Amino acid sequence: MADGEEGRGQRDRLTPLRFPPPLLAGAGPPAHSGWAGPGPRTPGSPASPPPVPLAPPATPSLRRTWRKASPYAYIAPFFTLFLAFGLFPLLYTAFVSLYRVELQTSGEMEWRGIANYTALFTDEYFWISLRNTFTIGVLSTVPQLAMALGLAHLLNYRLRGRTFIRTAILLPYATSVAAATLVFAQLFGRDFGLINYVIGLVGLDPVDWQTGTVASQIAVSTIVIWRWTGYNALIYLAGMQSIPHELYEAAEMDGASRWRQFIHVTLPGLRPTIVFTVIISTIGATQLFGEPLLFEGSISGGISHQYQTLGLYMYEQGWGFFHLGRAAAIAWVMFVLIVVLVGANALIARRRARKEAGR
Amino acid sequence: MPIALAAKRATARLGAVVLAGALLAACGSSDSSDSSDSAGGKVTLTVDIFGSFGYEEAGLYEEYQKLNPNVTIKQSDTQDEADYWKSLQTRLAGGGGLADVQGVEVGRIASVTQQQADKFQDLKEFGADKLKDEFAEAKWSAATTKDGRILGLGTDVGPEAMCYRTDLFKQAGLPTDREELAKKWATWDGYLELGKQYKKKAPAKSAWLDSVGSLYGIMIGQEKERYYDASGELIYEKNPAVKEAWDTSVEAAEAGLSAKLDQWSPQWNQAFAAGSFATIPCPAWMLGYVKGQAGEAGKGKWDIAKLPGGAGNWGGSYLSIPRAAKHKKEAYALIEWLTAPEQQAKVFQKQGNFPSSTGAIETIADAEDEYFSGAPIGQIFGDAAKESPVQVLGVHDQNVMQQITNALSEVERKGTSSDKAWQTAKKGVDNVIG
Repeated sequence: MADGEEGRGQRDRLTPLRFPPPLLAGAGPPAHSGWAGPGPRTPGSPASPPPVPLAPPATPSLRRTWRKASPYAYIAPFFTLFLAFGLFPLLYTAFVSLYRVELQTSGEMEWRGIANYTALFTDEYFWISLRNTFTIGVLSTVPQLAMALGLAHLLNYRLRGRTFIRTAILLPYATSVAAATLVFAQLFGRDFGLINYVIGLVGLDPVDWQTGTVASQIAVSTIVIWRWTGYNALIYLAGMQSIPHELYEAAEMDGASRWRQFIHVTLPGLRPTIVFTVIISTIGATQLFGEPLLFEGSISGGISHQYQTLGLYMYEQGWGFFHLGRAAAIAWVMFVLIVVLVGANALIARRRARKEAGR
Repeated sequence: MPIALAAKRATARLGAVVLAGALLAACGSSDSSDSSDSAGGKVTLTVDIFGSFGYEEAGLYEEYQKLNPNVTIKQSDTQDEADYWKSLQTRLAGGGGLADVQGVEVGRIASVTQQQADKFQDLKEFGADKLKDEFAEAKWSAATTKDGRILGLGTDVGPEAMCYRTDLFKQAGLPTDREELAKKWATWDGYLELGKQYKKKAPAKSAWLDSVGSLYGIMIGQEKERYYDASGELIYEKNPAVKEAWDTSVEAAEAGLSAKLDQWSPQWNQAFAAGSFATIPCPAWMLGYVKGQAGEAGKGKWDIAKLPGGAGNWGGSYLSIPRAAKHKKEAYALIEWLTAPEQQAKVFQKQGNFPSSTGAIETIADAEDEYFSGAPIGQIFGDAAKESPVQVLGVHDQNVMQQITNALSEVERKGTSSDKAWQTAKKGVDNVIG
């Protein structure tokens, strides 16, 4: 059933995401049982010789050992790096968070136990930054994902120059945070900014995008939305293309409109993808740092901490005031927060999926 | 250095990028600095500074290399002092990647003398104590520890004056003569009074002052004791000088005299050319900043008068040598030469950084600045440098001041009451001291 003849004619496939990967295409059923090393193999030529094991061991027992051990050898480089640059810093941060450490006098560590953590819970600025992280997270993630979904739906139609458009919507993602934020900071300028100029043309009073809590958070969220919408749209697009055509055809036969197809076929089919983007965006929102830092160049997130996120608060404590112990405690609170958020997300998603399956 | 203090936020935005680079450099550069060493007595000296010390611009490195053919100088420069300091602290803590010569801003020198004296070279070992009389007293004593170690040689200072726009003053019917103005604003009350007059007849979208933060900054520069007393105790809460600067700033904000700009922000930069404010408190290093932001079009429209309320100092820097430096002796020879009167005068002529060496101050006493309507800058700033108090510097001066100016900005931009803003400032300072 060729595209363009049946009901879902406008849909087309995003070739790079088609499975199975081209490497295995045409290779037919596995010609060789057991470990097939990544030896020379010509795709599409069934006459190619059976693959040669990577390191031909001398005896069968050695061979068996190698077969068992080799996967670990292959993943070892990653885990070595992970240990050095992932796990060790994580644990060391936990260690530092139990001490009073100042960068200028980093040799003198004073045991504080959990005092760095308990201090956080009575610290007004910590709660402000937690609140900001949450509100900016919602302000940026919700419109971002909604717009991405709409964009993906539109891009799923057969459009003129769709490859160009698909590449173009990824451009903001490829732009550096610094460059994008500096430009947006200019646009949102109070006295000479383009946005206030346009607002003035409509006859409204200029908005102080830096000082007001709501206004500044909207401004920061705008930068996030601008950068990430295209990226999420492409992920949704890929997800949409893996939804079987037959479902749409069936819906069509039952007389479902485009909108109802979107609601009842596309959205349920996209659920795993949506869960993925929600998790990724939640993590991103919790760690938000570059945009609020560079928006005014203020490590306090504005004069009243009005758009200071947790990440920025950690930076202010650690690299503004050099309180490394407190900064480490904030880092761990952020880590736990992300784990809890992601866990909750996954739990909800799993429960919903089970409910669906049980229906 | 001055400009860095000035450019603090203007470039903080790029700071994250620079910082990342600096940290990476910190990890990797420890072995690169000795690459060309000691081959045939040749020495490569590394100089790591921030903002613009003006040595490269004034051709001083070249001159020094000609005088000392066996020395090659390599300079690295971070625009923003805050980022520079973070990177330097990281390297000091790690003990690697340090340059032979490191710049230190005056707002940080107390941290060096009180907290990190062991990480910097005592320059007395190279005979620096004989230079004492060549420097302004305040400059010299700030870099000396209690037990007499000398940890840095002074480069420039930031004597204070007031810059103003003669064209805007004319439009508002105010006098433009710098002598007459100096009399009229002999006190800060006089300054605010003139501001209120200006406001009545001012051109559209033009305020008297750029920001109450800069007003506060310049006023606090006139004080001997600010946030800490000589014993290192935090006294800002009960210090009447802080209270007075705070109250005057609040009064200016509440009278609507300020253009409500955040110092060092892009909007502030744009406002120089747009004429959004008629006066700006001017430490000597601000002159170069004004010229850069207001551009050629501003030439002759600006002038400089004596500061209301007496002389003061804001900013300035030192050159220091870390203990971990590779070529301490050669580095000392270099910084002694760079901070000598002749070289300081040259930097002043090229960059406007005001000398801390008394000899240099004398040689430039007659300097005038065409851009600022021929104002006698050598005399105005020279007098201020001589009269400014010997300041007591504290470990967290920079951050404490930031908290206070943030709170003042709330009064200025959000109409927060003075009492409430002061509570905010106190909370902020507690957070800094942690």
